[in-house]
Amino acid sequence: MTPLEIRAVVQRELMRIAPDVDFDNVDPHADIREAFAIDSMDFLNFVIALHRSFGVDIPELDYPKLATVDGAVAYVDNKLGSAANNGHPLPQ
Amino acid sequence: MSEFRMPSLGADMEAGTLVEWLVQPGSAIKRGDIIAVVETQKGAIEIEAFEDGILDRFLVDVGTRVPVGTPLASIASAGQPKEQPGKPAGAPATAAAPWPPPEPPHMQPRPVAERPARGHGRASPAARRLAEQAHLDISIMRGSGPEGAVVLADVEAALRAAPVETRRVEALGLSQMRAAIATAMSRSKREIPHYYLAHTIDVMDARDWVEAINSTRPPERRLLMGALFVKATALAARAYPEFNGFYEERQFWKSPSIHVGVAIAIRGGGLVAPALHDAADLDLETLMTRLQDLTSRVRAGRFRSSEIADPTITVSSLGDRGVETLYGIIYPPQVAIVGFGKVVERPWISSGAVLPRATVTVTLAADHRVSDGHRGALFLTEIERSLKQPGSL
Repeated sequence: MTPLEIRAVVQRELMRIAPDVDFDNVDPHADIREAFAIDSMDFLNFVIALHRSFGVDIPELDYPKLATVDGAVAYVDNKLGSAANNGHPLPQ
Repeated sequence: MSEFRMPSLGADMEAGTLVEWLVQPGSAIKRGDIIAVVETQKGAIEIEAFEDGILDRFLVDVGTRVPVGTPLASIASAGQPKEQPGKPAGAPATAAAPWPPPEPPHMQPRPVAERPARGHGRASPAARRLAEQAHLDISIMRGSGPEGAVVLADVEAALRAAPVETRRVEALGLSQMRAAIATAMSRSKREIPHYYLAHTIDVMDARDWVEAINSTRPPERRLLMGALFVKATALAARAYPEFNGFYEERQFWKSPSIHVGVAIAIRGGGLVAPALHDAADLDLETLMTRLQDLTSRVRAGRFRSSEIADPTITVSSLGDRGVETLYGIIYPPQVAIVGFGKVVERPWISSGAVLPRATVTVTLAADHRVSDGHRGALFLTEIERSLKQPGSL
């Protein structure tokens, strides 16, 4: 999966949570909690969605790495890449 | 034969629009079944039946906006013969139409607007005219005239007491949601003598406990601190019942059930605080699942009538964004609201040493007609005690 494809899923999930926000106008380096006005429950739903879409494990300690759109894409890309490099099949 | 009426879904609701029937005449219904959808200022709400019976016929057409208390359908008891044909629709309630319907033991007194309408249907022509002009619902007014008839003086009195704010904000073009909040909060500030307490609690142990649990679980089974706050509040409400119930008709009605209203922000503005039923009896995982379900349904704009009408105490929690302290305004006819600020790290003195600790400031706004600061302090201390033993939640 390319970073572009990962970004499309990140976008889809954020737009599902915050349909009133124009995704294209959000700075990909901005804190998504601020930019999309999402609360703890929304953020948890975002993590659940990424977990289900990509099958990657996302421990709570890594939440800060998902703070921005770019950060989330890089995090998932890195997780998928390391899983492939280690020869582990994707869980889903 | 009894009537299924437009319920009052809170102090701020005056009318609702029937959007959809989910059952057909002749079907058997059970108390708690969702039988209709009503559009209110808070969005579409699923309305539940108050009693068992057979839906006899509809009294209001889909798309009609009617005041709270208006009969929407007639309901026959199971086995009871159907209503005689020829009897005019909307006939005044008779002895055969008991109201309020027999309530199960766990239900609380309903808001005043749902009580038996004194002088239901009876009003002087002058009173009717004025009420119509002012968009007031005469059927829920108390009449002081002969046989409880509503007379002109009653409507004038109701006008003086009516939420003028509602009309003003509508004139300003603000949203219906904003108007609903304005009505309820103005009534609260007008009628309820609030007192406020705040207490800062060390929640490091609770946070560590949650983190330890979450580290072993996939995201969909993780807990949020907010779930612990709701549970701790529900347990404190059980220990101090004067914070759990309704103040109506000049007295406090203690609620045997603890239904915690959880303030949930709605995207685009406004909020609602629907009930997590029997929160004190739920284990944390179940409570968290219900909280997720409730939040997603609120965000999708669809929740149930009992969730709106039932809360016996409210919790407003800012989560991990926002500020340190939140002072709530009581949602009438409730008598208390508990506010949790965001969890922040502070220097904290413990056993003679200054340490960085995760803390939360919890506030209580309570009704001075029912309780005092002394009891309020004990109530907040009880929340602290629970949060210091997260394993016992």
